[in-house]
Amino acid sequence: MANAHGAGAIATGGAALAAPTRFAHRRSRHIKERVIEALLFLSAFSAVATTVAIVAVLLYESAAFFEHVSIVEFLTGTEWTPLFENAKYGILPLVAGTLVTAGVGLAVAVPLGLVTAIYLSEFAPHRVRETVKPFLELLEGVPTVVYGYFALLFVTPLLQRLLPGLPGFNMLSAGIVIGVMIIPYVSSVSEDAMRAVPMSLREGSYAMGATRFQTAVRVVLPAAVSGVVAAFILGISRAVGETMVVAIAAGQQPNFTLDPTESAATITAYIVQVALGDLPHASIGYQSIFAAGLVLVAMTLAFNIIGHYLRRRFREVY
Amino acid sequence: MSSVPFSIGPAAQAAPVRPPAAQEAEAVGRPAPRPAAPPVPVKAEVRELEFHYGDFQGLKGLSMPVHERRVTALIGPSGCGKSTFLRCFNRMHDLYPGNRYRGEIRLLPDGTNLLASAVDPIEVRMRISMVFQKPNPFPKSIYENVAYGLRVRGEGNRRAIDDKVEQALRSAALWDEVKDRLQDLAFNLSGGQQQRLCIARALATDPEIMLFDEPTSALDPIATASIEELIADLKDKLTILIVTHNMQQAARVSDYTAYMYLGELVEFDTTERIFMQPKRKETEDYITGRFG
Repeated sequence: MANAHGAGAIATGGAALAAPTRFAHRRSRHIKERVIEALLFLSAFSAVATTVAIVAVLLYESAAFFEHVSIVEFLTGTEWTPLFENAKYGILPLVAGTLVTAGVGLAVAVPLGLVTAIYLSEFAPHRVRETVKPFLELLEGVPTVVYGYFALLFVTPLLQRLLPGLPGFNMLSAGIVIGVMIIPYVSSVSEDAMRAVPMSLREGSYAMGATRFQTAVRVVLPAAVSGVVAAFILGISRAVGETMVVAIAAGQQPNFTLDPTESAATITAYIVQVALGDLPHASIGYQSIFAAGLVLVAMTLAFNIIGHYLRRRFREVY
Repeated sequence: MSSVPFSIGPAAQAAPVRPPAAQEAEAVGRPAPRPAAPPVPVKAEVRELEFHYGDFQGLKGLSMPVHERRVTALIGPSGCGKSTFLRCFNRMHDLYPGNRYRGEIRLLPDGTNLLASAVDPIEVRMRISMVFQKPNPFPKSIYENVAYGLRVRGEGNRRAIDDKVEQALRSAALWDEVKDRLQDLAFNLSGGQQQRLCIARALATDPEIMLFDEPTSALDPIATASIEELIADLKDKLTILIVTHNMQQAARVSDYTAYMYLGELVEFDTTERIFMQPKRKETEDYITGRFG
């Protein structure tokens, strides 16, 4: 190997001596490797840098906000009225609105997404799977503003027939539509996890006389649980961060309630509402959106940490 | 027992054939593929079995008996169809599209043709269990792995399941090693223990026939020896079919041997005859290592 290499170096380098040529060649290769490594590191690092920068900006702007509003009041207050004369900055109504819409969304997306994944991975014939999957991906590609109007102009009137007295803006309708919107995320990640379960486990189950359904639910699903949990976490992050649907369909009035049939604003809805308004830069109202954004990031981070823990806890090795 | 070396070549007389089988073969005199009144009862009768996947014919008209409470080994070079044959017995091929059987495997005494399309493969698998090449425990506790077959049959009585699990683990010579940690994840066991767990799992439902598909090919020699010992013990209770690419193993554990080549059954006889005086030249070439 080394000999062949030396011969090649001589051939290309003309009449140069074998040993120095080889050393020189090695050094240039070494430098090239280092450059490539540095470039790869920089691109990987850019993701980290962006995240750190976002958090830094949020912290910096929030710090200015917290000079005017105490952290305790911010975290425990139940009134959020930044535009009033006597402004109150209690984040809880926005957190409640966020959790309720996300909760309704998950209540829709987790069961439906999981059932879809089980069907596609374990039951669907090849042709059905190849037909259904593009549609699911299409669902992923619909702009969220379209979902927002779908919630407001289609789902809400439908719900009003079932629940007379339901306000035109309500968290239920927004939550349901968020749920439909994130089904593809939950189902495709879960399905990938289930299809990665080795065939030998399925055969082991069938050989014991299990039916397809028993095999899917008792063997494949537990074996894929870490991926399925990851899918749920992805769904939660999407639901918590979803903006357009709630801004359009859930109403924009902060409302401290856990009742999904009421209208309420979420953290994201508040942020767009204020960011689009004519608030002067550096006013307290303007700074409040950074504090709200910080809470949103903290919530998403918390869910991700829980998800990470669950994944490790249930990690299966096959 | 399993440490006896197997010698190759004309000295094959030294092949350690299990003595009871040898005596029995002597007493039987002529254990031809289909004797008129078999002295050793037949558990399953394979007749003109063909297997096709797509346009490819994997098995070409096999006929042989499977004797009750005996170990029958299927040997032959890679790709000869021995695993394909084994997997016909529990209809594993039904899991994949494009597979077709022809001919029959009659399970005695009731005479059910296992391959008939009217026969539910799940029913077949409830009577015939299987142990695979690579240990494939489920991502569950040791206890739940063994209880699996009972649970899918709808057994809800905790007491009954406890008893069966213990009994199966004892039969698989695993009870003493795991009795204090039945709730541990099965993946924490060693490879040999995992394979014995899979045997326990297959035993827990009281199968009539057990299929072993190269059960020791992923195991070290010591674990292999314990599995072989286990197979020898199990044949008191049930009928065993084992695929092996290891001729020494076939000689050590089996009473009957079928030699297959390119989807055909070349020769079926007692293990002693196959290894010591095969009728067919091809069998002899394979056994003596001149081929394969």
